[in-house]
Amino acid sequence: MVILGCVSVIADEMNPARIAALRLGMGEAMPAFTVQINCGSGMQSIDTGFRYIQEGIADLVLAGGADSLSHSPLVYSRRAVEWFAALAGARSLGARLKAIASWRPSMLKPIIGLERGLTDPIVELNMGQTAEVVAHVFNISRRDADQFAVESQLKLARAQKDGHFAGELEPAFDRNGKTYDFDDGVRPDSSVESLAKLKPAFERPWGKVTPGNSSQITDGASWVILASEAAVQKYGLTPRAVIVDSHWSALDPSIMGLGPVLCSTALLKRHGLTLDEIDLWELNEAFAAQVLACLAAWADPVFCRDVLHLDGAAGVLDRGKLNVDGGAIGLGHPVGASGNRIVLHLINAMKRLGLKRGIATECIGGGQGGAMLIEAV
Amino acid sequence: MAQQVWKTLEPRNLELGPHAPDGGEGELGSWKHWKLRRDEDGILWLLFDKAGSSANTLSQEVLTELDDVLSKVEQAGAKGLVLRSAKPAGFIAGADIGELRDAKNATDIEGRLARAHAVVDRLDQLRLPTVAVIHGYCLGGGLEIALACDYRIATDDASLGFPEVLLGLHPGLGGTVRSIRLVNPIEAMSMMLTGRTARARRAKALGLVDAVTQERHVRGAVKAAVAGELKARRSNLLVSLFRFGPARALVAKRMRTQAAAKAPPAQYPAPSALIDLWEKHGGDAKAMQRAEVSSFAQLVVGSTAQNLIRVFNLREKLKSLADGKWDGKRVHVIGAGAMGGDIAAWCAWRGFTVTLADMKAEPLASAVGRAAKLYDKIAHRRIDVRDALDRLIPDVRGEGVRSADLVIEAVPEVLDLKRKVYAGIEPRMRADAILATNTSSIPLDQLSEGLRRPQRLIGLHFFNPVSRMQLVEVISHPKAAPEVLAAGRAFLGRIDRLPAPVKSAPGFLVNRALTPYLLEAMVLFNEGVKPETIDAAAVGFGMPVGPIELADEVGLDICMHVAETLKAGLERKMPDIPNWLREKVEKGELGRKTGKGLYEWKDGKPVKATEVATPTGEMTNRLILPMLDVCVACLREGIVADEDTIDGAMIFATGFAPFRGGPMHYARQHGVADICATLVRFSQRYGERFFPDAGWNKLTP
Repeated sequence: MVILGCVSVIADEMNPARIAALRLGMGEAMPAFTVQINCGSGMQSIDTGFRYIQEGIADLVLAGGADSLSHSPLVYSRRAVEWFAALAGARSLGARLKAIASWRPSMLKPIIGLERGLTDPIVELNMGQTAEVVAHVFNISRRDADQFAVESQLKLARAQKDGHFAGELEPAFDRNGKTYDFDDGVRPDSSVESLAKLKPAFERPWGKVTPGNSSQITDGASWVILASEAAVQKYGLTPRAVIVDSHWSALDPSIMGLGPVLCSTALLKRHGLTLDEIDLWELNEAFAAQVLACLAAWADPVFCRDVLHLDGAAGVLDRGKLNVDGGAIGLGHPVGASGNRIVLHLINAMKRLGLKRGIATECIGGGQGGAMLIEAV
Repeated sequence: MAQQVWKTLEPRNLELGPHAPDGGEGELGSWKHWKLRRDEDGILWLLFDKAGSSANTLSQEVLTELDDVLSKVEQAGAKGLVLRSAKPAGFIAGADIGELRDAKNATDIEGRLARAHAVVDRLDQLRLPTVAVIHGYCLGGGLEIALACDYRIATDDASLGFPEVLLGLHPGLGGTVRSIRLVNPIEAMSMMLTGRTARARRAKALGLVDAVTQERHVRGAVKAAVAGELKARRSNLLVSLFRFGPARALVAKRMRTQAAAKAPPAQYPAPSALIDLWEKHGGDAKAMQRAEVSSFAQLVVGSTAQNLIRVFNLREKLKSLADGKWDGKRVHVIGAGAMGGDIAAWCAWRGFTVTLADMKAEPLASAVGRAAKLYDKIAHRRIDVRDALDRLIPDVRGEGVRSADLVIEAVPEVLDLKRKVYAGIEPRMRADAILATNTSSIPLDQLSEGLRRPQRLIGLHFFNPVSRMQLVEVISHPKAAPEVLAAGRAFLGRIDRLPAPVKSAPGFLVNRALTPYLLEAMVLFNEGVKPETIDAAAVGFGMPVGPIELADEVGLDICMHVAETLKAGLERKMPDIPNWLREKVEKGELGRKTGKGLYEWKDGKPVKATEVATPTGEMTNRLILPMLDVCVACLREGIVADEDTIDGAMIFATGFAPFRGGPMHYARQHGVADICATLVRFSQRYGERFFPDAGWNKLTP
């Protein structure tokens, strides 16, 4: 089957998993469905496929994530929609005139779909604001965030230059004859000085989260093939890695950025591992401040004891093992695709570096976190 | 497989009324090609299902039977008559061309036509309402039959037209009269003069059909038509206007100029005959019908029509070479250059999943861009463009070679490069896959050296532009397996190309025949003849473009390369490649692609002087006869099997004057002895290169 994580599904392409499956030539007989757990969608597709295979329901699953945030629609307000409906339903000339007369210019004002999508309706904070919250309670400074962002950009630039994405990144070609063969959000000339000039994006004038130290709003897609042992034998496949386990956690939406800490720790506990025993980490860079807050949480004895129910601080995560080839700050965070991409890249980076055990994890808008424990083979 | 779901249901989709397996009473008569049944609403359904043929065409036998059927219909007292085809692919494809072949006696033809007209008139004059239900192709005589009905209902996929002009004819079964009576006469004339088809939606807009619907609503549409509920769009004003002679005279003048610009009336008389017919008789249906018959008869016995009918048969003959079965679904093309990219695009258009590989990403990107442009031009629906582009898969790492049924190699013409490519892919290819090379100049036995499975190598030599040039030379070599060659031909059939089997030899057939033509043009140019004059000599003969323009189009560098290869590989004497040509190539003046060659090129068109000397017959012969000579040589050397293949290949790959029926046919019509004499004379006056090949003497009379 085909499972696709996708958040910004547009009306023209309902159930994009099925549309992709048909357009990929999988045939009419291939079931396909789309999953959505906000930022976790691209990882959820892998997890669902993993559980189906474990369960014996499927042998070969194509699991992916895709989002085209640039195609987010502008939406009419509820009032405007009701006006249209009234006009369409008007049967007599009188009713039609009445409907027309109730039109107000304010009905023309569009709602920016993307803006609403990135705002949590339960706590009425947008994603960037939640990053401000966690930055505050873990004492992450503006400078810390900018510094992290610069390092992320430079790691990405070097990875691109050194060809670390060969075999992972497929060039895309549009019908105008244009090639897209690298992620163009990279800023190789990033510096703390240049980032310091940017104004806060979400909470002015004193916020710490800026466009420069946040993930970029982009388009992207990723696919992985999951196979059972039987399928590996049957099709003569060469597995790259094994999914050992996954975990989803949930917490207060206003501090959603800490999601990765909860779910990753649950995995570590379940398998009797410590932070250090994980060879490589991919922790989605929704915001530099948010990543740093996660790292601070693991180093915080009170948090670890009271929230994670550990004996003491989990430890200081080795930054040299984290997002070694850059992350969403330079690559972008096409919401539904990221979860899938970080699993894929984790595997490729482990293979390249000859490492064995890795965790891919991400925070999820709405107050959740997802993590996968992967072993390279 | 879910594919089975629609496969099982599809046969029910064609609405055949009482002829459905479980429907209606029995037959109302027994005929070979027709079936007649009455449905529960009292409507007669007349089904045309030509025996022994996958397509419906009108033959004398068919029309004679129809006459008998109509007798039954007249007596049946039914509410209405539906005329429909039982063939899944379409309604009626036209008249049986075979019956027009070798027509010599115009009076004979007139007699046959008059009898045919009587049958069609009888259909027209039936009292009860008659409805033609049209799906798929409805061409020529088929459209004429449909026009004789009171109503026409088309399904979405219907395609209507008058292609007679492409055979050097015009409609001869009343189509000229009935079409101008039904739709805007200018539009009708345009259809008949160009042979272009109108799809369902356009046909409805013209008023050619009265409703467009889907199979699932045919029954309802038929009932509405019979009950007189179809609101047909009629161009009554324009139809009435052009009943006036002066109105027609005004328009006819412009039509003549336009037609003459496309095809000289001396070579292609049908358009002017049609315009004359309309101008003279457009206001009097009966007179026009009589004149149509005699005009048609005159045309069909003429050499142009007979030669174009011959060309039609040549096409069918080449098509039949592609008749085998080959189930391959995936094609892998290596080399995304001008040819490789376009071959890949065409195969994807025709339904294959194509992986296109190249060492760099940019050629892949431009190939996709060119493909999108092509699809936008030729597709009727947006989703067809999308689906074709989905099937064209840029393959940076060449992964597709592993699962391909056919690999087409289209890398630059360097032996070592090709060998290197083969060495890299052969171990990864499937053992049952075909390896085809698009080489135009490297002998296949050289390419087959070093292959583990040389028997699976064949040549598929495409011509530029791939989407328009139907001919593909299928090149064999001593080690090639016959079943692989047959599979290659079958593949070409599936992508709607015409295979011309040719043995591997320098230049194969087409390039070898064109080279002396192009080089002689250079000799004439050197002698001081203006390029416009040289080109006019060839175009006057009937070539689509002259040799100078063609050389610039192809690229002077490529022409030179081909000429050098042929000079080296063949014994035959050829004109030397002039130094000034080499200099031009060195300077980078390569022709159209660089904006300057022998002509200056602007916006993809050559800048030609308007006042030029008229070419002499001698000039024309100097250009054309060497082409014929090479054809004869290829026949003698056994490179091509027979004269028909030569004629078909030359016409469909170079556009060699179709109205002359092909180079070999022209040679025979003109007189072999005369041509040889001329060649001998030329060899004395202009050079050894003209001396006629030994093969001329060996031609069977």
